[in-house]
Amino acid sequence: MDACCTATRRGVIGGVVAALVLAPPRLALARPSLQEAVASFAGGAEVQEGRVTLDIAPLVENGNAVGLSVAVDSPMQPEDFVRRIGLFNERNPQADIAVFHLGPRAGRAAVSTRIRLATSQQVVAVAEMSDGSFWAQSGSVIVTLAACIESL
Amino acid sequence: MLRTLLSVPKTARRGEIIQIRAMIAHPMETGHRMGPNGVEIPRKIINRLVCTYAGEEVFAADLHPAISANPFITFHTVAVESGILSFAWTEDDGAVHLAQAEIVVE
Repeated sequence: MDACCTATRRGVIGGVVAALVLAPPRLALARPSLQEAVASFAGGAEVQEGRVTLDIAPLVENGNAVGLSVAVDSPMQPEDFVRRIGLFNERNPQADIAVFHLGPRAGRAAVSTRIRLATSQQVVAVAEMSDGSFWAQSGSVIVTLAACIESL
Repeated sequence: MLRTLLSVPKTARRGEIIQIRAMIAHPMETGHRMGPNGVEIPRKIINRLVCTYAGEEVFAADLHPAISANPFITFHTVAVESGILSFAWTEDDGAVHLAQAEIVVE
């Protein structure tokens, strides 16, 4: 029997319950998810895994200043270079971290900076190439002291 | 005038890839923090850094509150000619902070 396509009463109820349980809380809708932020950076283009190296410590004590560096495998010549590198996070109040604009004059597609992380989460680096392709790598970080939300 | 710190090599060979480090002393207030009496501290960050080399833009960065206080950015450029590297940091209120470094290319 073709179970997957037969709409039984139990199946329909189960689906509705699952949709209600799995629906994200309203508050979480206030910020775009990591996937939405990456998709809007890529403008709907497919984001492939690879070519990007995201170097970030897997365990940090202080989320106020987490050093990270991104390098992209690219010759950085006028015919083939990295146009932009975007950094996104999973669970800060805002999904964006930074966007770096590069060009063939950069010589090497490698940038580093220090970021804030509100809690343990994933960080994603996405690179846009001059041919319009997008490449990404993510890293998981465990944060012991959170940033962003502390009071004075 | 905010304190800035630049690390640009004084001399380089033509065509050499040089590393540039730029920092500016700024609290990068996120707008998510509560001050005394539960009053929200308004957001005030550096939202853009632009680096021009002999008048041509070679690097730019759009920054968000997730960048740490005293934003520090490292990047690279190809030493093509002797000249001035200018850095411009723009704040949320439109204030621009400038710094320059000179490079001699042999």
